[in-house]
Amino acid sequence: MSDPLTAEHVLEFPGGYTRSTGPVIGRFLTELRAGRIVGTRTAGGRVLVPPLEYDPATGDPVTGEYVEVGPAGTVTACAWVAEPRPEHPLDRPFAWALIQLDGADTALVHAVDAGNPKAVRPGTRVWPVWRGERRGHITDLSCFAPEVTRIVSPVRVPYTLRAGGALGVFLEGIRRGVFIGGRCASCGKVYVPYRLSCPQCGVAIGERVELPDTGTVTTFAINNLPDPRAPEVPFVSAYVLLDGADVPLIALVGGIPAHEVRQGMRVRAEWVPESERTASMANIRWFAPTGELDVEL
Amino acid sequence: MAERCAVIGVGQTHYTTKRRDVSIAGLVREAALRALEDAGLTFQDIDAVVIGKAPDLFEGVMMPEAYLADALGAAGKPMMRVHTAGSVGGSTALVGAGLIQSGVHERVLVVAFEKQSESNATWALSTHLPFSSSLVVGAGGYFAPHIREYMRRSGAPGHIGVLVAVKDRLNALKNPYAHLRIPGIDRAMVESTPMLWEPIRYLETCPSSDGACAIVLSSERAATGTPAWVHGAAMRSEPIFRAGRDTVSPQAGKDCAADVYRQAGVTDPRRRLDVAEVYVPFSWYEPMWLENLGFAAEGEGWKVTESGATALDGDIPWNPSGGVLSSNPIGASGLIRFAEAALQVRGAAGDHQVDGARLALGHAYGGGAQFFAMWIVGREKP
Amino acid sequence: MREVAIVAFAQTRHTGHDTGLSEPELILPVIEEVKARTGLSRFGFTCSGSCDYLAGAPFSFVSALDAIGAWPPISESHVEMDGAWALYEAWVRLQHGDVDTALVYGFGKSSQGDLRAIMTLQLDPYYLAPLGLDQLSYAALQAAALGAGRDELDAIARRSRADGRRNPYALDLPDDLPGGSPVEPLKESDVAPLTDGAAAVVLAAGDRARELCANPAWIAGIAHRIEPHYLGLRDLARSPSTADAARAAGVGKGPVEVAELHAQFTHEEPILRRALDLPDSTVINPSGGPLAANPVMATGLIRIGEAARRIHDGAARRTVGHATSGPCLQHNLVTVLEA
Repeated sequence: MSDPLTAEHVLEFPGGYTRSTGPVIGRFLTELRAGRIVGTRTAGGRVLVPPLEYDPATGDPVTGEYVEVGPAGTVTACAWVAEPRPEHPLDRPFAWALIQLDGADTALVHAVDAGNPKAVRPGTRVWPVWRGERRGHITDLSCFAPEVTRIVSPVRVPYTLRAGGALGVFLEGIRRGVFIGGRCASCGKVYVPYRLSCPQCGVAIGERVELPDTGTVTTFAINNLPDPRAPEVPFVSAYVLLDGADVPLIALVGGIPAHEVRQGMRVRAEWVPESERTASMANIRWFAPTGELDVEL
Repeated sequence: MAERCAVIGVGQTHYTTKRRDVSIAGLVREAALRALEDAGLTFQDIDAVVIGKAPDLFEGVMMPEAYLADALGAAGKPMMRVHTAGSVGGSTALVGAGLIQSGVHERVLVVAFEKQSESNATWALSTHLPFSSSLVVGAGGYFAPHIREYMRRSGAPGHIGVLVAVKDRLNALKNPYAHLRIPGIDRAMVESTPMLWEPIRYLETCPSSDGACAIVLSSERAATGTPAWVHGAAMRSEPIFRAGRDTVSPQAGKDCAADVYRQAGVTDPRRRLDVAEVYVPFSWYEPMWLENLGFAAEGEGWKVTESGATALDGDIPWNPSGGVLSSNPIGASGLIRFAEAALQVRGAAGDHQVDGARLALGHAYGGGAQFFAMWIVGREKP
Repeated sequence: MREVAIVAFAQTRHTGHDTGLSEPELILPVIEEVKARTGLSRFGFTCSGSCDYLAGAPFSFVSALDAIGAWPPISESHVEMDGAWALYEAWVRLQHGDVDTALVYGFGKSSQGDLRAIMTLQLDPYYLAPLGLDQLSYAALQAAALGAGRDELDAIARRSRADGRRNPYALDLPDDLPGGSPVEPLKESDVAPLTDGAAAVVLAAGDRARELCANPAWIAGIAHRIEPHYLGLRDLARSPSTADAARAAGVGKGPVEVAELHAQFTHEEPILRRALDLPDSTVINPSGGPLAANPVMATGLIRIGEAARRIHDGAARRTVGHATSGPCLQHNLVTVLEA
């Protein structure tokens, strides 16, 4: 402080005040230390929480009856603290609230650890969060918190998948830059990717055929939702009927603005350089227009 | 079919983006208890439970019938779990009906659900396996090319999908359980929303919902209350990679419809049926299914939609409940169609009741439009 | 009930490792085999059982349809359960009377993931799964609750392995039992081996069955029951759902020569045996049972198939096939087959 006329002053009773609680507050705090919340009943039948020694409406003494309440309660009013002060019960944003505990007719003031201001409002059900080591103090209740309504259940299941069988054959072809299909001996249809059985006939497919990397877009979608595997948005996923095949592949179309892609457009696979190829569909960057005339569908 | 089968109770949860207030068991119990209450029964009156849902990845609970057995009052009883992709809700009803029609049981509780908010539907539907490079993102990414092909073949004008999107959401305003209830919904609002998977706009797609639906099925002997009688039931499946497969109007859908119509004695579905609850998750599937199900000639479905015939006050209302476009807990969506068909012929559909409905179609499809489940229910006994 | 019989059964030569074949490729030969055996290429109804979490992807059953020649489109359904429940659904479907044949298959590749951990996902997602309670651990809890003797369990393991070595479809597991005890009181030898495989069954009704098979295995009774899920709600040493299903299926109406039990852990065999009230004279798991080959999602169907095979080959006149699902034998299906 540069101003000589300004000085710091702290008023603090060393060690803290020692207060006697009287029977009613003492009982309340003793019960708190034991993990219970109690109130007192008035002659009129109301349950006061926290308990008083008297009926606040009439001044009459309360009855000697203690009633266990809660532990849950309902918020009747609340205030959101965006910037907690050091003395606040919580060091993160929280709400002060009036909480009417179940079985009580009055509300208790306490902090609610709700995470965000939308999570606490009049009517919100809250439950006590107890301090680890209790000593007979209102902060034995470290705070209240909304009911547990959700748990997070991480589910992570690892697998090891092997591309054997027909897929292995097909991907081996892709490694070489060739589409391998299979011709059904029964119906004569050519399937690509290569497969071991004909979906129509249900019989084994023996004959392998190599197909060119050119084909025709039969139909497509323009995707405006981003996907980590797509180069950009929008991207076109298309059904490409390879020349000589009877079933289309689903593939990315590129090298042309999305809105210029047409049904019937002729395309050719754009392969990654030979040195980068693996037994993976990633070998094909996308299908790009050949520039030929569109095909009548 | 050996034994007659009736729907004697229907229960639904409210459909919404996130049901944060219930557990999975709480969600299915809500629908189940409402269905039992509707039938005037309790769990004790039920012989067997059939549960259906779409992939277990949605909730990360594998084969959840195990965990849900006692929640659905199945302890000491037979319980089955059905999974046929998007058609599962319909298939689940058919498996339940089969237990009655076969004479094996008298009363069966059928429940289908999805709690999609526990994860994310697009994630669960598009887990990218190694070796696959197909850039299909979610169901919309899969179905958009087929819609484009339908538009090319039929020459349908671009606004047809918008009309369906508006019509189904107007219906949803009359259904207290519907998820998307959009006041003031109109063409301009739908057209102003972005294209997600061209040609599908945001408001031309279904929402992602939490919810459950349940029905109580009964034999003729054990029927209570106001039954909706099963007049026909059929499933059909076809392989997804067959060469030459018609993905716009799949043969399995045509065959399934033909089978269920034959059983119910329906030759002209548009005239003979009073109402249809059809699985339309993207608005363009209304005209596509109108053709596939024989309500319109090939290439003419969009004209039926455009004419207003499928509106609540049209000659053949489709999806008076608001349909999948308004509520889509995937695993339950098919059963909701089947249950809404039953509500219509029981005269219990409330504000979205079609006057005098006596015969109704419930329809569901799934996978790459390759799994179909349908039933026809009627006010009279078959 | 309409007379329905198992007229054909086929299974893969199961492997203890991933051969790289996809699920449809695994199924293909068993479908071809039952088609060849019956001469049928079309069926009135088709139903399958499998599990997405084994495959590590949703809709694992979809591509399976490409293996069975489903064209023109077929009447078909799928259970996310062991193929035994697909067989039950098909049996129910045949009771309608409008179709006479059904194809049933089940398949699974346990090799792709950690089955112990995957099975955890089947547990109550609030109280059990977050504990990370794995399949071996809850099975061990059940073994402890039963308190079976080590000699009895070792004898079951040895017998299963010996029978399995004689079964060309099962794994070749050595007679020497591995000693490790991953979760006591279970030893490694008490646990079914990791297995990939598939199986298929053809059902036929009435005279159709007699045409298709010289010795049809008639389904004299079939029933299943489930129990509450939470382990603490059950007496794990008993299987009341098996006993209830057995009563409903009529197991006790005659002598049982052979019982094929879906016991994936040695201690489950005595629990099931008691629940089924089987006498000492009943031969248990002559195929070697799940302790010799456990292609999850097909194992239960294989039990029924193996029980049928004894009737097909004339070795027995009355057999029982059992299948289970859920943790600690929560859900049990019992089939009685007769010549």
